[in-house]
Amino acid sequence: MAILTLTINGEQVSGKDDESLLQIARQHDIHIPTLCHLDGLSDVGACRLCLVEIEGQSKLFPACTTKPQEGMVVHTDTERLKRHRRTIVELLASEGNHQCAVCVVNNHCELQDLAYEVGLQYVRFPYLYPKKELDATHKSFVLDRNRCVLCTRCVRVCHEVEGAHTWDIAGRGIDCTIIADMNQPWGTSPSCTSCGKCVRVCPTGALFEKGQTVAEMEKQRDFLKYIVTARTKREWVAEATEE
Amino acid sequence: MSLTKTITIEPVTRIEGHAKITIHLDDKGSVSDARFHVNEFRGFEKFCEGRLMWEMPGITSRICGICPASHLVTSAKAGDDILAIGIPETAEKLRRMLTLGQWTQSHALSFFHLSSPDFLLGFDSEPAKRNIFGLMDGHKDFIRRGIRLRKFGQEIIETLGGRRIHTPWAVAGGVREPLGVKERDHLLTWIPEAKETTFLALDTLKKIHEKFAQDIPNYGNFRSLYVGLVGEDGRLEYYGGKLRVRDGNGNTIADQLEPREYQKYFGEHSETWSYLKFPYYKPLSYKKGMYRVGPLARLNVCDYIETPLAEAERKVFNGLTGNLDVMNNSFYYHYARLIEILFAVEKIEMLLNDPVILSEDIRSKAMINRREGVGVCEAPRGVLFHHYHVDDDGVIQKVNMLIATAQNNLAMNRTIRQLAMQYLDGATITEGLLNRIEAGIRCYDPCLSCSTHAIGQMPLLVQLVDAGNKVVAERRRR
Repeated sequence: MAILTLTINGEQVSGKDDESLLQIARQHDIHIPTLCHLDGLSDVGACRLCLVEIEGQSKLFPACTTKPQEGMVVHTDTERLKRHRRTIVELLASEGNHQCAVCVVNNHCELQDLAYEVGLQYVRFPYLYPKKELDATHKSFVLDRNRCVLCTRCVRVCHEVEGAHTWDIAGRGIDCTIIADMNQPWGTSPSCTSCGKCVRVCPTGALFEKGQTVAEMEKQRDFLKYIVTARTKREWVAEATEE
Repeated sequence: MSLTKTITIEPVTRIEGHAKITIHLDDKGSVSDARFHVNEFRGFEKFCEGRLMWEMPGITSRICGICPASHLVTSAKAGDDILAIGIPETAEKLRRMLTLGQWTQSHALSFFHLSSPDFLLGFDSEPAKRNIFGLMDGHKDFIRRGIRLRKFGQEIIETLGGRRIHTPWAVAGGVREPLGVKERDHLLTWIPEAKETTFLALDTLKKIHEKFAQDIPNYGNFRSLYVGLVGEDGRLEYYGGKLRVRDGNGNTIADQLEPREYQKYFGEHSETWSYLKFPYYKPLSYKKGMYRVGPLARLNVCDYIETPLAEAERKVFNGLTGNLDVMNNSFYYHYARLIEILFAVEKIEMLLNDPVILSEDIRSKAMINRREGVGVCEAPRGVLFHHYHVDDDGVIQKVNMLIATAQNNLAMNRTIRQLAMQYLDGATITEGLLNRIEAGIRCYDPCLSCSTHAIGQMPLLVQLVDAGNKVVAERRRR
């Protein structure tokens, strides 16, 4: 492991070569918006909200899956990036059926927070109003695909932390959808342990507890750090002590 | 044929917004019919399909910005029915208080903001001034008090539900938040002023009755059925109770009907010319089954009111009905509305002084125990039904909502016809006719008017149609 020096937004910073640009930025209190990233899960670069500019490169890179290089010059908050991020949130809004006013996570939603952050006041694209299924067959939880942004946090937490791998993605492109096991009703899934981790990590109201009403569901996501720290460091605390 | 087809393929809908009225003339040029057309389509019943039962109070409260609390409570009650559970005593009392807060704010809006410009400035006064702002000139204190009375109702809703409009606070199984001591004490400080304002309004209205004694008999004065909730002992109900039907002579023709069986008693007829359905009392025919709901109907069907001041006023109201036991004149909706505010204020005071109101035992939890649920409640404008079918997981399969304004549809049409017959002079639509039609519709305080004519004018199109179905005159107001 080597310590590298790089520049983010004109500020000289240092980080380990196995860390991501996102991790290094956050260590230095530089904010980069994210949606699919969650501390404690692997990164997949699915949402593209953490895109950054790297000098000398014409294309944009997702900060969550890009490793630092010595002397790298990174920009996280340019007009070009702001425009991209706003467009991404607009596309997410127009592709699903996101009705904040009557949603279980209204005011506690990461997508909603992002919309505020990027200044989304209207959507330029036509809403697609897709016909999506709601799966309420599980005894305790509900999957509402109308509100799913395909961040795959549920897929990853189920696979990487719980070890059940109940969730997966089926379909291609705009037809992608979250499925349980062999694309069956969640309530019939033999692999699901009903642990509820997927519900807690879901950034929107796509996964929620049955019986919750409008704006009532708040998700506690700190449990994940606790579990991961316990498992990797054998320390039963939320934040691992520095090595 | 094509029109009929259009109507039958439409999902059942709720409406708000614009109105069109046609007045039909016979060969001799006399009024043969008048129609109140509602041309808007919203589709709530359809797009709720596939949603979860638990979300319904939050979704359906969005039907209306004036009476969201009534939809909320009715939907939550339909949810209770699906869960097949009793809710805690405190939850019921809190929901009752919310319903009364809704009555107070909506009735105050109807009387002070929307109708009093007609009453205090006159039906024939200048339209530009005949609104709440026009009243600020000579009746400032009166209107300020009215605005504050409405504020009291809204504060109840806000205190309980966390916000004035579209609170999701009532849920299947109870309510989400209890009432705190400090909040209870604050609400109690409003009571003396609220009572005083209501009495002031009652005094004002009584003078209006004298002033418009000539006009009043033409405002929807006809016999019809009346439908409302009453308690087991016949008291005025607004949250619980069962249905009573009285006819225009005051005879009780059905009593203690189970709200859950409402479809057995109330049919919904469609006409090709309006999206608003025409509910009727099924045991009689469509033509004979016209009924009225709302304040007038509630006072007509109940035997007594449980609070003393409102009961005393109800007796005065009953004294106006002549030798009948019911009041058949729709102009007295206004009077009934004010009596109901008085009742609401008194009852809210009683509920606030009940120690159980502060309990934190407010929510029962259960899973789906019935595939079907009906919720009923007296919304400000009349009895409101929500009827849901769900699957085993609580996903909505079918929704039917019977809204108060729709139930007054036949009576509103009849009222317009009566006004047209009385005030139509030749083949021109005068300002006076337009005003009286507006005021006639406003007796019922339909949601259309609430949602569209905040400063006292309703977007209105009146057409005169001759026997050959040709429009001979038209007058539009926006």
